[in-house]
Amino acid sequence: MNQIHAMRFDLQVISSWIKSGSRVLDLGCGKGDLLLHLQKMKEVKGVGIELDEEKAAYCIGQGLSVLQGDFTDEVGDYPENHFDYIVLSQTLQQVYEPEKLILSLLSIGRKVIVSFPNFSHWWVRLQLLLTGVAPKNEQLPYEWYNSPNIRVITLKDFRKFIRKIDGTIQDEVAINTHHHQTQGHIVRYFPDWRATYGIFLITGGGTRTNRYEPQL
Amino acid sequence: MPLECGVRFGPITLTYETYGKLEPQKDNAILILHAFSGDSHVASYDGEDEEAGEPGWWEFMVGPGKGIDTSKYFVICANVLGGCMGSTGPSSENPLTKKSYGLDFPVVTIGDMVQAQKALIDHLGISKLVSVVGGSMGGMQALQWCASYPQMVSSAIPLATTMRHSALAIAFNEVARQAIMADPKWNKGNYYGEQCPELGLAVARMIGHITYLSDEAMRQKFGRRLQDRSDFSFNFDVDFQVESYLRYQGEKFVRRFDANSFLYITKAADYFDFLGEDGQGAGSLSGADIRFLVVSFSSDWLYPTYQSRELVRLLKKNGLDVSFCEIQADCGHDAFLIANDRLSSLISGFLSGVGR
Repeated sequence: MNQIHAMRFDLQVISSWIKSGSRVLDLGCGKGDLLLHLQKMKEVKGVGIELDEEKAAYCIGQGLSVLQGDFTDEVGDYPENHFDYIVLSQTLQQVYEPEKLILSLLSIGRKVIVSFPNFSHWWVRLQLLLTGVAPKNEQLPYEWYNSPNIRVITLKDFRKFIRKIDGTIQDEVAINTHHHQTQGHIVRYFPDWRATYGIFLITGGGTRTNRYEPQL
Repeated sequence: MPLECGVRFGPITLTYETYGKLEPQKDNAILILHAFSGDSHVASYDGEDEEAGEPGWWEFMVGPGKGIDTSKYFVICANVLGGCMGSTGPSSENPLTKKSYGLDFPVVTIGDMVQAQKALIDHLGISKLVSVVGGSMGGMQALQWCASYPQMVSSAIPLATTMRHSALAIAFNEVARQAIMADPKWNKGNYYGEQCPELGLAVARMIGHITYLSDEAMRQKFGRRLQDRSDFSFNFDVDFQVESYLRYQGEKFVRRFDANSFLYITKAADYFDFLGEDGQGAGSLSGADIRFLVVSFSSDWLYPTYQSRELVRLLKKNGLDVSFCEIQADCGHDAFLIANDRLSSLISGFLSGVGR
């Protein structure tokens, strides 16, 4: 269980949602922390996509199946429902065409797990209200002119978007943590105001199942 | 052996070398497929007498503790059918006429080469290979192995290769073949025992060499520097270093390679089409339990990265397990033959993840 504590907190939550033996696609898999963990603890069949040559090569050197490339291009080539889970962690805010991407993910995967920084955190709201400049925080530390985070998304926005594309939110967890921190906690009250990240499990249709608390 | 062109051909000799030790269960074998002008001599170390011999063409990759670790794996490499490094080819003696085959040698394909290799693997008593590994035309053979004998392959590593030659690649090969055939000494392939078409073969090699380098590699290596002179000669001697280099490569090549083999092997590479006529190809691969590692090099303009990506796309569509990496390298197509830590660690890591 040592490895789970070394992993980012949102990845720990995501990992708790994934059933053993399933087929998982991790978009922007970095150095493969989540995939290595899932492979070891849950015997998943994992595939990662990573743009950076060094990171992709590192993953392949670890024995993972990883494609070096831009995942917005790469996801188009898989057969329908090829994956049980697709993970898009902390990257949605950098995607140029989120709607197109989420729709194509819902077609190649049965379940899609998305995490992103919550732009409706009270500190973000307060900064804009009081200072009048684009908010910055630990999750979104850049200036408007050099930020890779081209989308500002709130938990509410995302729920609305999933309804709009006729998707279903199967599960939702709000967490409070620093970007690289491996520790964090689940926010149960006023998540829209208090969560730094939201994590959603979505499907292309069907009914909402009972809420499930991840066992960490 | 029945060939793709319709004729039955034999007898066939394959020259091969092995490295490392075959486990009693015969489950640790890796087949390395050489590129167009390569041979069976991959590396100096043969694992038997522990004495290093002549360096092989993939010395940095194959050996104890290297990317393909001969203390773990039993490595096999055979000269291709149609070649001139010991295996049966146009320069071999035709048992019927007691003379070299010349153009009586049938036009062989990548599929025929692989079929001959399969007979060798059967002969060694190996029912499943850990991996088939090859760069350039060797990568084509690796792919052909997966299509022809998917049940005999656990994984494949096609490097700097393509599913089918582009018009550009065929064009270069054709110019090279024309250079050989335009040499009067070629004499319609009947030059054995007489003077070889050395000039034609040297020009053919020079053309090939240009395609193996890159704009950047040539700029760095030669630029416009002059060879042993400070001014232009104002005649057609060697002025530039790049000219001198190409002439040297051409002359070196004719000492070790047969002109007819050049014709046959380039033709086999031109004919290769992993997609098949219907453009679907690899259909037989669907559902195969083979892991792939596809590697391309950023400055390879003979088989550019987009061609490797097309291969990756096809494998993905067929639900196959594939990893891909484009290595940044400015040395062009030949990059897979140049020592590269990233390539070595990619291959060793990938192989360690392949279940026996």
